[in-house]
Amino acid sequence: MQSVIANLALLGRSTINRLAAIGRSGMLLMHAVIARPEPFNSFPLLMRQLYSVGVLSMVIIMVSGLFIGMVLALQGYTILVDYGSEQAVGQMVALSLVRELAPVVTALLFAGRAGSALTAEIGLMKTTEQLSGMEMIGVDPLRRIIAPRFWAGLISLPILTMIFSAVGIWGGLLVGVDWLGIYEGSFWANMQNSVDFFDDVVNGLIKSLVFGVVVTWVAVFQGYDSVPTSEGISQATTKTVVYSSLAVLGLDFILTALMFGDL
Amino acid sequence: MDFIDDIIIDIKQLTFSRGDRYICKNIDIRIPRGKVTAIMGPSGTGKTTLLKLIGGQLKPDAGSILLDGDDIPRLGRHELFNVREKMGMLFQSGALFTDMTVFENVAFPLRVHTQLPEDMVRDIVLMKLQAVGLRGAAELMPSELSGGMGRRVALARAIALDPALVMYDEPFTGQDPIAMGVLVNLIKTLNKALGHSSIIVSHDINETLSIADYIYIIADGGVIAHGTPEQLKQNDAEQVRQFMQGLPDGPVPFHFPASDYATELMEGR
Amino acid sequence: MRIRGIELGVGVFMLVGALSLAMLAINVSGLTLSKQEGSYKIYALFENVGGLTARSKVTMSGVAIGQVTNISIDRQKLMALVEMEINADTDYLTSDSSASILTAGLLGEKYIGITTGAADDEILQQGDFIEDTQSSLVLEELIGKFLFNKASE
Repeated sequence: MQSVIANLALLGRSTINRLAAIGRSGMLLMHAVIARPEPFNSFPLLMRQLYSVGVLSMVIIMVSGLFIGMVLALQGYTILVDYGSEQAVGQMVALSLVRELAPVVTALLFAGRAGSALTAEIGLMKTTEQLSGMEMIGVDPLRRIIAPRFWAGLISLPILTMIFSAVGIWGGLLVGVDWLGIYEGSFWANMQNSVDFFDDVVNGLIKSLVFGVVVTWVAVFQGYDSVPTSEGISQATTKTVVYSSLAVLGLDFILTALMFGDL
Repeated sequence: MDFIDDIIIDIKQLTFSRGDRYICKNIDIRIPRGKVTAIMGPSGTGKTTLLKLIGGQLKPDAGSILLDGDDIPRLGRHELFNVREKMGMLFQSGALFTDMTVFENVAFPLRVHTQLPEDMVRDIVLMKLQAVGLRGAAELMPSELSGGMGRRVALARAIALDPALVMYDEPFTGQDPIAMGVLVNLIKTLNKALGHSSIIVSHDINETLSIADYIYIIADGGVIAHGTPEQLKQNDAEQVRQFMQGLPDGPVPFHFPASDYATELMEGR
Repeated sequence: MRIRGIELGVGVFMLVGALSLAMLAINVSGLTLSKQEGSYKIYALFENVGGLTARSKVTMSGVAIGQVTNISIDRQKLMALVEMEINADTDYLTSDSSASILTAGLLGEKYIGITTGAADDEILQQGDFIEDTQSSLVLEELIGKFLFNKASE
């Protein structure tokens, strides 16, 4: 009986803690986004974050996109050639990349590459009292530290997603046309017939925008809310990758159902 | 309290708790203007918390903190921003912004609080760096500095705006003897030269005694003694003596509460 | 120098992003701005649309001239009512045109093929119906017919 009550209390406490964390993260997002931006040199700050979040992620995104596009073309070819419709490889590569793989894989890579770095950086700033110091000087760290990082993530992920798609399709072209010998004209024609700019490309971008919000939000919150010890930071970094990956995959299903469910 | 007539900070009946543990309970502290006041006490007694309360980073459960008549816990965001212009704080770890050069670190408060032209900012920053002897390190990144140098840069940043009040959080911890001597000197001379009031939170007794004009000793959430260094040396309350002389055992026990030693050893059999 | 490098990097990043978007828009999805020219809607009733969906192509002689926008049941005639959007520059569909549901390849997607008739004087307008329609071929029905014919021989 005693242990039942103790466990109930434990359940209650962890629920309350979790809800409190969600509440805090909501407050953080609100303060960082809705609060008017820091007037003095906020643009260079954003630039620097765009650099470390976006530009530095570009290479890994391009390499992954290239390989995924090539693999898709190869796999698609081996299946489609049985039905004599190997010219549909272009269509298959483009649709699966633009609608699904580019937003999701980019978001997952982004969570691992940029999200964890954001968490560790902010967590370390907290540990070394930089956030406190900033507050004492009279600068809101939410605006000065969190907001530029958040916006940079939000802007970078859709751009990275587009780069991923483009490079992936080029990879598919390399394998399909140059290696497997599909006629280039029908490769493009099939693709253009089946890919719709608004239904496929724009929806994919909307997905990546949502993922950008979620991944960056989780990353900056975990950093900001981390326990200021080395163990706390390592836990926060792990949590960033795990939570944002799960959130991306879960949201992807919901978004796919909403966008493509009736097509 | 005849010693104190001109007060910059008046803390009245301050209470602050974390969970159900009281960090401080009904504390009264008065900080004299233009002097060096030390707040001492064993680790974990909430000395840093007290500084954060004064800085307005934490809100107390009850009580007031008057800085020249402004009650800090009751200030709005904007007023707090203005009040912080009057405060400089030296953090335990220095808290230098690692993504800026030493120069930019010291210039930061100036850029936030003033609209001074760039060449004036430059002059002020170089003056402050000169005061701590690190003008030559202006273009270095914080990661290239030694611990003692980092803390001096942080000190230059804390006094960049010529604040009325400078707070030092454990300035001597983890410093080699030379760096410690440099810091002790700096704090003393800067306080004299610039005429600001200083609060030092520390548990390094000798260094603190050598520069403090007035000392508060806090333990168990309350002030257990206060006075000038001489008065405290004469104080024969057991708790004060244990702390001042660094005795390992006394009212603050050496042993963490545990069951009987012999019994616990026997239990293993 | 450091700031310049950052700005340069972000500039390249934005440029690559814009180029990617352009490639996705033009090369991949074949987006043309001529779509803004407008379109008009015509309707057709089919016995069976089997597999035709919204967004399916509408073609004439194999050239895409529009797309299916909606499929519903006509309550009076109890047939499938297909709403098609035809590009405005296709202004030569005669009122006796016929529409049939075709299949691209053996297993490919369904689309509508339109063949014009001889009545040159009457052109289909917004809201008109194509009277002459041919439904989708349903494999099960074909096999059923074939077996029935075999049995009756």
